[in-house]
Amino acid sequence: MKLIIGLDGHGSGERALKFGQNLASVTGNCELLIVYVIEWSPFSFQTPEENAERHKRREEEIALAMERVVAPALESLKKAGMNARGMVRHGNVADTLNAVASDEKADQIIVGRASEGGIASRIFGSATANLVMHADVPVTVVA
Amino acid sequence: MKRFNLGAMFALLMGVISTPALAQEAESLDAKVNAIFATITGPFVSLIFAPIPGTSFPWIVMWLVIAATVFTLYFGFVQFRYFKHSIELVKGDYADPNDAGEVSHFQALATALSGTVGLGNIAGVAVAVGIGGPGATFWMILAGLMGMASKFTECTLGVKYRNEYADGTVSGGPMYYISKGFAEKGLPGGKILAVLFAIFCILGALGGGNMFQANQAHAQISGILGDYPGWITGLIFAAVVFAVIVGGVKSIARVTEKVVPFMGILYVAAAVIILAVNYDNIGWAFGQIFEGAFTGLGIAGGFVGALIQGFKRAAFSNEAGVGSAAIAHSAVRTKEPITEGFVSLLEPFIDTVVICTMTALVITISGQLISDPATGNYMLNGNHIATVDGNTGVALTSAAFGSAVSWFPYVLAIAVILFAFSTMISWSYYGLKSWTYLFGEGKTAELVFKLIFCVFVVIGAAANLGPVIDFSDAAIFAMAVVNIIGLYFLMGVVKNEMTSYVERLKSGEIKKFKK
Repeated sequence: MKLIIGLDGHGSGERALKFGQNLASVTGNCELLIVYVIEWSPFSFQTPEENAERHKRREEEIALAMERVVAPALESLKKAGMNARGMVRHGNVADTLNAVASDEKADQIIVGRASEGGIASRIFGSATANLVMHADVPVTVVA
Repeated sequence: MKRFNLGAMFALLMGVISTPALAQEAESLDAKVNAIFATITGPFVSLIFAPIPGTSFPWIVMWLVIAATVFTLYFGFVQFRYFKHSIELVKGDYADPNDAGEVSHFQALATALSGTVGLGNIAGVAVAVGIGGPGATFWMILAGLMGMASKFTECTLGVKYRNEYADGTVSGGPMYYISKGFAEKGLPGGKILAVLFAIFCILGALGGGNMFQANQAHAQISGILGDYPGWITGLIFAAVVFAVIVGGVKSIARVTEKVVPFMGILYVAAAVIILAVNYDNIGWAFGQIFEGAFTGLGIAGGFVGALIQGFKRAAFSNEAGVGSAAIAHSAVRTKEPITEGFVSLLEPFIDTVVICTMTALVITISGQLISDPATGNYMLNGNHIATVDGNTGVALTSAAFGSAVSWFPYVLAIAVILFAFSTMISWSYYGLKSWTYLFGEGKTAELVFKLIFCVFVVIGAAANLGPVIDFSDAAIFAMAVVNIIGLYFLMGVVKNEMTSYVERLKSGEIKKFKK
């Protein structure tokens, strides 16, 4: 079985991670794929200077997300003896998680619910809601 | 009055309290500077805008139109055959999801557009229609359609020959493709042309891309708030520009970059509504445009007058062949330079064929232009067509929109100010890239240019420096002289890219990612 765990760098993502880990240890022979999506739209507007530096910024964003969010999660999973991989993607959170799930032929997506308060998690909240409504594979939302 | 403002500005800059004597001294100094500057640059300006012997047609406009025609024929009407493909590219249908987070085709197009959509679309068209009559619109659309091929050529080369640095940033534009492309083909003189281009581009950026914009923005603001010293507007604009380009305050740039497209859409939407309300006159307006295009309908210079105005307006507005867009488009991350060429050909279409045409149609349909009911010809007032309130330029556009939607002139004023600001931000980048091409990449070199740019914002808003503006307009078109020579020598490279790409597109090797 292959499980996708969507992280958002907040508490609810941590709980999604725990839930995925438990589910994997119960099921056995499970592959875990940690995905962190950086919210990004190809239809936003930028200055010429931002465009020229975009590639550099993208590399920096990916490195930072890897280091801060994905790597620690992978480490804890590997310590627990899990088969786990991690990736950072840019895009719309719901669309990207779903696209990764189809590409990887995953069986399920696990995400945290959006209840941390604040604008940021509200945005992520609508991502969770969108994912639940449009995903092509089962989605588990962890409280 | 304006001269006094400049004096006051210098006093302020030096931290000295302005006294009448000092201001007067500055005034006469300013007049002297103007006179000396005009004497030195006059021949250059006259050369660039010189008419073709025996006509009143500036040769530089002919140069641009001939280039656009050559590229249109050479690439087999690429702007029509691949129009649909261009839109699919902008929509991201061919974007590899693994490249998400890089500059998209849409972003490169939007950035380049915010540099060209501006005063020209609003005020410039009014000047063209005011002198050339509705018939000028026909020639403007034609030149806009042809210009799409010039943009296609220069933007493909911009991406193909850009510099990519180890830290992941990029620099591109005519100075890079001319020097690298000529070297690759073993042609001499590439470096000289590239340096010339960079010099003209810096001058154009400080003039047409900066002082002219600041000056016109101030004219708009003082038109609403009442007359007040221009250096105040200049300092405010300079502070905001400084915050964006030196301070890296992205939020201001983002707000502008978001509001500008919104303004563009609002402008077109308002035009469409006015046309819809007057739908029974649309047929008549198009009739005027076609008839005027070939007869002139009584305007000064007849149909040639209409043609000159239309061609001129298109060339001035969409900058096709000038090379500025190639700098903006070169940031896109793509394995196929030609795709950026396809995307960029939409730029003259949106700028000229859509937005400029909307302005022209609204002016025509609003009935602001007075015609003689007996002959159907337009009445003349000097070399201008007589208008209801005697308006010309941006005031004519404003009156035309205002005749249908009374509060629209206020929206228009805000749009003009924002367009001016976004044009300044874009040109600051074009100038910067030319500057670093000449003086080397580096934080200090960049900062020097950015500070010079901010100082020119204040000067542009405060002073009425006619000769300087003439010179900077000439510099922008001098860019086209150099750039198009480069394009003629390098268009074979674009052709090879196109042939290879089209083959792979047809064989299905290049596939859509989005269904």
